[in-house]
Amino acid sequence: MGFLDALLGRSKVKRADLDQLFAVPSAALTLATAGFNPTGVGSVCFKATEGGAFAQTEAEIRALLDVDAGPPVELTKDGYGYRWLLARHDPDDVAGLVTDLHAINVSLQDAGFGPSLLCSLVVFDGAVSGEQRRLGLVYLYKRGTFYPFVPLPGSDQRRDNPVELQVRALLGNDLRIEADLSRWFAVWGAPGLTAH
Amino acid sequence: MTGERDVGSDMSKSRIRPDRGLVTRMLVTMFLLGLVYVIFVVALSFSGFPWYLVLLVAVGLFLAQYYFSDRIALYAMHARDVTPAEAPELHAIVDRLVALTDVPKPRVAIADSDIPNAFATGRSARNSVVCVTTGLLRRLEPAELEGVLAHEMAHVAHRDVAVMTVASVLGVLAGFLTRMVLYTRMPIGRGRDSNNTAVAFFVVVIVSALVYAVSFVLIRALSRYRELAADRAGAMVTGAPSQLASALVKVSGEMARIPTRDLRAAEPFNAFFLVPALSSGFSLSTLFATHPPLEVRLDRLGQLSAQLGGPA
Repeated sequence: MGFLDALLGRSKVKRADLDQLFAVPSAALTLATAGFNPTGVGSVCFKATEGGAFAQTEAEIRALLDVDAGPPVELTKDGYGYRWLLARHDPDDVAGLVTDLHAINVSLQDAGFGPSLLCSLVVFDGAVSGEQRRLGLVYLYKRGTFYPFVPLPGSDQRRDNPVELQVRALLGNDLRIEADLSRWFAVWGAPGLTAH
Repeated sequence: MTGERDVGSDMSKSRIRPDRGLVTRMLVTMFLLGLVYVIFVVALSFSGFPWYLVLLVAVGLFLAQYYFSDRIALYAMHARDVTPAEAPELHAIVDRLVALTDVPKPRVAIADSDIPNAFATGRSARNSVVCVTTGLLRRLEPAELEGVLAHEMAHVAHRDVAVMTVASVLGVLAGFLTRMVLYTRMPIGRGRDSNNTAVAFFVVVIVSALVYAVSFVLIRALSRYRELAADRAGAMVTGAPSQLASALVKVSGEMARIPTRDLRAAEPFNAFFLVPALSSGFSLSTLFATHPPLEVRLDRLGQLSAQLGGPA
């Protein structure tokens, strides 16, 4: 935000960067070499805006994504007032999944709800020394960066930091990884991450 | 969907339209304030008063206020920083707002007070603190709390500590000068003869008092405009101006205005009401307030809500 905007109290919400998502399919190939395979599940998290226009846009997005023969998109609400639109695809079709996520983003942005996009999540499945792990590749729209989120199974809100840092090193060439570790915020209970 | 639109011209567009009137009023207020201060310094220099001393003290005051604003405010409120482990919900809300707006994360503090309140302070986004009282946490729903936090983080983004410090420092000094010269009868002026000194004394007192009075009104006006701007920016981030409106109603202790009592049950009492509604006309209190009246803020937030819910 510029000096004049601050002086006049005209803040603007930062523009969401949608294009970086298309780098996910190549990252999926790299992750597969480390034993993390795509689950075909991905989601978009956004802030619900009050009023009828938003509800209408949301309904249109769901109708748009449900025209093909796949499983329907699922809408869930979390405890923080954010919505998650979950799309399911064939696990091998990461490109198709990303296209669906992109369609959600573009629809929201075109309807003027771009500022409410929080993050996107693509879920991978893998094993770390014999233990099952879910890896969420989180995409931050406002920064155009990715970071891994690996919750420890069964425990109460603890993260597997070593695996996350390992993934960071692994994907450095495929994705723009968020350099500021304090922005790797947790998304506990995000749909697709917990359900087995 | 929404049909033809010039996609690509402004990808960051929000449904909330810019408020040119607010920006204009803010600019005019800042200009008038600057004008008053320039007149102040010019008048002081003509009276033979060592005006550079005044400026020096003003700059000193400014730097002190600017650099210690966060510590002073937290100390005054008996607030302390809390870690994510101590206040996970509060931090989670702030984390999400930070991710939505891409600003540095402020420190989070809690003040142990039952009076519902919140404030943000700090000279820059990196040194900022948002603080809420336990009374606020107790009264507000999570969505309302988020609205309040977004409003406070908008103050940080708008650099309101810096803006209001710059705006007020010379005014405070003018008030201080009036009292100092009046009480100490400090000899002013370079001339040795008492006639000149008396005139200079008179000029300094009158000018300082005027500057103090005028700048006081202007600073308060500016503060009200900054509040409205922060309301707008917060609503733009959360997409839920009504949550902030609801929080404001609760915080102002005005919840009684929306009665829970059934209309039919209350009807017999209406005959005893002398004044059906207080007229909210112009008064001195509106001129001196740091925050806009609740009605004005609710009206503006209502307009934002309509823009968000209406056609793009």
